[in-house]
Amino acid sequence: MRSTTPSQDLIRGIWKENPVLIQMLGLCPALAVTNTVKNALAMSAATFFVLTCSSILISSVKSLIPKEVRISSYILVIATFVTLADMLLQAYAPVQHKELGAFIALIVVNCMILGRQEAFSSRNTVYRSLLDAIGTGIGFTIALLMLGGFREILGIGTFFDIPLFGPDFEPWVVMVLPAGGFLTLGFIVLAMGYHEERKKARAVREGASA
Amino acid sequence: MNERLKSDEIEVTVVDPEVQQEPEESRVSTLRLVATLAIAGALAGLLIVMVNLHTKPIIDVYRAEQLRLAVYEVLPGVTNYRTLYRVDDTLVSEVPAGAKASDFRQAYVGYDDDGDLVGVAVSRGESGFADVVLVIFGFEPDTGIVLGKKVLESKETPGLGDKIFKDLDFVQQFFDRPQTPLKAIKAGTGKGLPGEIDAITGATISSKVVVSIINNGVAEWQPLLEQVNLEQTLPEEAQ
Repeated sequence: MRSTTPSQDLIRGIWKENPVLIQMLGLCPALAVTNTVKNALAMSAATFFVLTCSSILISSVKSLIPKEVRISSYILVIATFVTLADMLLQAYAPVQHKELGAFIALIVVNCMILGRQEAFSSRNTVYRSLLDAIGTGIGFTIALLMLGGFREILGIGTFFDIPLFGPDFEPWVVMVLPAGGFLTLGFIVLAMGYHEERKKARAVREGASA
Repeated sequence: MNERLKSDEIEVTVVDPEVQQEPEESRVSTLRLVATLAIAGALAGLLIVMVNLHTKPIIDVYRAEQLRLAVYEVLPGVTNYRTLYRVDDTLVSEVPAGAKASDFRQAYVGYDDDGDLVGVAVSRGESGFADVVLVIFGFEPDTGIVLGKKVLESKETPGLGDKIFKDLDFVQQFFDRPQTPLKAIKAGTGKGLPGEIDAITGATISSKVVVSIINNGVAEWQPLLEQVNLEQTLPEEAQ
């Protein structure tokens, strides 16, 4: 952990260790509520809030938490912030809150958040934990927006509620259903894997010719 | 700030081995474990209560507003309404002392500009294709004619079952004054009877649930409403 620089802490989570697309963490909300861009954005915002607040709090009180009860303490902290996010969303974004339903409360069990606390915030300074949380949060947001974007365009024919195609567009309904989430995620991961393979192959070829 | 944090980290690495090496301290340690969680829990509770105090009024206002809009929507022509509370099996205008309004099922009696009774709106939930479908609907208490309906909560399948509130042709049927008991039929097979509702193709279960909610709701509330004089009481200003 000590070998990374602060900027690496920030950037790492965005793409190279993207929580959803690379680490495959936090897939439940990533699949369940990304049928539209708006829902994806609301879920990302709520998760971002919980992740950042939990990381700051846990990294600042880490010396006070005995090792034996650390996991329960982390869950307690996370659950508290989730409850706050739930109440705030309900008060200020009631429409999105209704759409996301139970999945707001389920942020508690998003293993991406607990994972960052156990792997990073409990061992690093507040400043670096904050950077790590922001990076991971942005990575999560990017993944959810990709999923939400594809699914909304194909499944409803709109992007951020703006109609893209003419009235003749026949919505591909399965894309906004749970199955569409799995399909879309599968194709995104496939595309990323293919891209990585190509990059590696190119590097090998260049290495051989040099 | 950095210095303080560094000293915190050092403390962690020093304290932990001590706990493990000295068994006589395990008693203290247990106490500390419990204390840590208790204090953290208390602080968390405090924080939640504080935020809840702030957000609850906003949420309640929003909910009341949504309900108010829904009542006006399912009772076309209504300009104000009063709320009746169902206490045991009678309807009363006032909540019994010491009880909360939300503990009782409610009927909303709607009046037009002249103070004449238009109809009564009630809400009812029944199991749909996915989870409970909650519907508020308006009807004439004496004739049982449906005046309108609105789905308040539903997790029905997007693209199919959610047509019970997205398909405007389906919704419109409930505003065309159908006579209860309603009957969900396959679209196009109607015989022109007054209670026929064309079900949505591909969402028969969801359509039937809406119809069943309204039929059961009317059957449940009509006898109760007969016991109270809805006309005579002057309508209160809707809040």
